Amino acid sequence: MEILAWFHELLDGNLIFTPQTLGYYWDGLVVTVQLVFVSLLIGLVLAVPLAIGRSSGRRWISLPIYAYTYVFRGTPLLIQLYIIYYGVVFFDGIQETFLWPLLREAFYPALIAFTLNTAAYTTEIFRGAIKATPKGEIEAARAYGMSQALMMRRIILPSAFRRALPAYGNEVIFMLHASAIASVVTLMDLTGAARFVYARFYAPFEAFIFVAVIYLCLTFTILFFFRYLEKRLLAHLRPQS
Amino acid sequence: MLDLHGYGPRLLEGAGVTLQLAILSLALAIVLGLLTASAKMSRSWLLHKIATLYTTLIRGVPDLVLMMLLFFGGQMALNVVTDALYDRFGVDWYVNLNAFAAGVLTIGFIFGAYMGETFRGAFMAVDHGQIEAGKAYGMSPWLVFRRIRFPLMMRHALPGLSNNWMVLLKTTALVSIIGLTDMVRVAAEASRATHEPFTFLIPVALIYLLIASLSEWIFARLQKRYNVGFGEH
Repeated sequence: MEILAWFHELLDGNLIFTPQTLGYYWDGLVVTVQLVFVSLLIGLVLAVPLAIGRSSGRRWISLPIYAYTYVFRGTPLLIQLYIIYYGVVFFDGIQETFLWPLLREAFYPALIAFTLNTAAYTTEIFRGAIKATPKGEIEAARAYGMSQALMMRRIILPSAFRRALPAYGNEVIFMLHASAIASVVTLMDLTGAARFVYARFYAPFEAFIFVAVIYLCLTFTILFFFRYLEKRLLAHLRPQS
Repeated sequence: MLDLHGYGPRLLEGAGVTLQLAILSLALAIVLGLLTASAKMSRSWLLHKIATLYTTLIRGVPDLVLMMLLFFGGQMALNVVTDALYDRFGVDWYVNLNAFAAGVLTIGFIFGAYMGETFRGAFMAVDHGQIEAGKAYGMSPWLVFRRIRFPLMMRHALPGLSNNWMVLLKTTALVSIIGLTDMVRVAAEASRATHEPFTFLIPVALIYLLIASLSEWIFARLQKRYNVGFGEH
């Protein structure tokens, strides 16, 4: 209760940051975190098989995956979002399926666009890491008589994940920042809340600096989390003292 | 076919705006990046702190939020100045912040931070003996920079530079949100008006891919040029 009283005192006389507008920011934070977290999670799950396929020697497997990553990494996310948001109606018969009530809202088209985008970037990150597997590790696995699948599961992927960690951390931050465009398709994410507060009070500095600080805190949280992970998982690569 | 319900010419014009915006922002970002890199490597404690603050803040906040802050906030700051001029001196002067200028300034400002990191790493990779050799020849600091530091630095900076340019190119799409009529905005407007999103959005995506592929080719040429004398890389 003491905190609540302190909070009221802090907000007392502040015309812009009322409990109501702070509530908008909070709801926006929830939408942003959900959007980013879920798309990253699905993107990660998609990226693993795609990266294995992309590193495959069979061109009929690797080429289509390369085409997918090339298109999604070569065009702005905003265009991808527009294509999915405006285009989803045009898939024949989609309005009769059970998916329609979901897809009609802006959240799911945005989620699909973000997922496909991050899956493309993550695929290329993992491919680079798989390609960089030391030859000796693969030879050792072969010498043990491991099958291709077992070698992938036990040797290549675990070491590739570790090598991909720093680049993947950047991708997570990139996705958080990219998610700001969700506000363009009427979603009330963090940036959407800031735009609403700006429009309502005509207070650009307060509205946007406040949201910038929230993003900054989120970015640093992700950064420290990945630093910690790297320290734990890449311990064997650190110079020994 | 290429008429696109009469939106074809406007779409091309928009593509021109996108390209101009990207190239001008790149120029600004390179200048800011060189300044930031120098500040970060300088012995001055204050310059170092300012540069670090700049790169950290910019890289921690979404581009779109920075863009809106500078565009909407910049307009308000300008209004305050022009209002004060009117009250004090009776000068009736109103400036509308141009979306193109705001776009170039914000994108250049944002990518200046990324360029600063790229250039700093590249400057540090230059062999110090080369610079000493230049000094031994009696070259002035500017001449050392122009003939030795810069060309050698570019060799290391090009991959990062090329990467930053690709990201910058895609970031230009965001200016359509603050009201600049680039090709993304034309395509989005046309999609809403005609209910044929694919007709407009897919050509725009293809133009981005075309520019990206073209830049890849140019950067490969540049890479070759700056690697002359260092063997194949």
